[in-house]
Amino acid sequence: MTLTTVLLLAAALIGIGVYGALSQQSFVMLMMGLELMLNGVMLAAIGFWAMSGAGAPEGQLLTILVMAVMAIEMAMGFALVVAVYRGKQADVTESIADLKG
Amino acid sequence: MKTSIVVDVAFWLLAVFAVYTGWRVFRTDSMVRASFFLLLSFIAVGVIMLLLSAVYLGVAMFFMMGVEMMVMALFMVMFMMNPAGLNPMMMVHQHRLSIGAGVASFVMLAAMALLAEFPRHPLPNDVQPVAALGNELMGESMLIFESAAVVLLATMIGVVVLSSQRGRFGSAEQGSMPPGLEPGGDPAGMPDEDEQAGGHHHCH
Repeated sequence: MTLTTVLLLAAALIGIGVYGALSQQSFVMLMMGLELMLNGVMLAAIGFWAMSGAGAPEGQLLTILVMAVMAIEMAMGFALVVAVYRGKQADVTESIADLKG
Repeated sequence: MKTSIVVDVAFWLLAVFAVYTGWRVFRTDSMVRASFFLLLSFIAVGVIMLLLSAVYLGVAMFFMMGVEMMVMALFMVMFMMNPAGLNPMMMVHQHRLSIGAGVASFVMLAAMALLAEFPRHPLPNDVQPVAALGNELMGESMLIFESAAVVLLATMIGVVVLSSQRGRFGSAEQGSMPPGLEPGGDPAGMPDEDEQAGGHHHCH
């Protein structure tokens, strides 16, 4: 396990996440793609912290912040899904052309 | 930080598992299965974090993602077509473009990982990751940590506002009325008109 292999794994997760976020029609699946991307970002940050940053605590702090971003993304995403579903009975991205209720 | 052969083998197995389950998320034909595949991918990454000595974050990842994927699975069943996965499912648009974008971002990031020179400063042997993180959160970076907390509070308020049935500016009694026993009937559980002496009554 080297920093390069950890970063390669993170790159693979981010690549799959990009594919998922762009290709999926359903809002919830789209959010899964975003989650996968953030997963890769967290792994890369921890890899840098452990192997390149001499254990500087800011590396872990950055990961905590990405975790908070993940929680925010999930919560707001689900709330938006509820709001859109209530307004338009839609759960796929093609069904809405704008975000106006 | 020295890594033994066991750690290396474990890392490779977990890496392959994380990528495979992450890919299966968008290839399986059941929504609930998709969220559990994502959970498996997160757990594999959490174990890798443990291997990298990030003890607190690895364990936090298990707990957070366990709950998050349960919520995800519930939402899947609530909102999606074909929730139980009884029909073959392929719900994608701009498929080629997405594959291209995914491959391009992987190639770009992998090239950076392979070609760039990163400094080699591994963890010192005497580092205590959890204590170091705690001291950082409650010391130098407290303002950042607290601002994250305020953003989370704002998120909670925003989520309630967005998902509330009434919205922010509904009428006062809207949403507070119980539904009728039969369609269009009187609200259930309300006292009769004549029993209510002199009180205001708004259920018409």
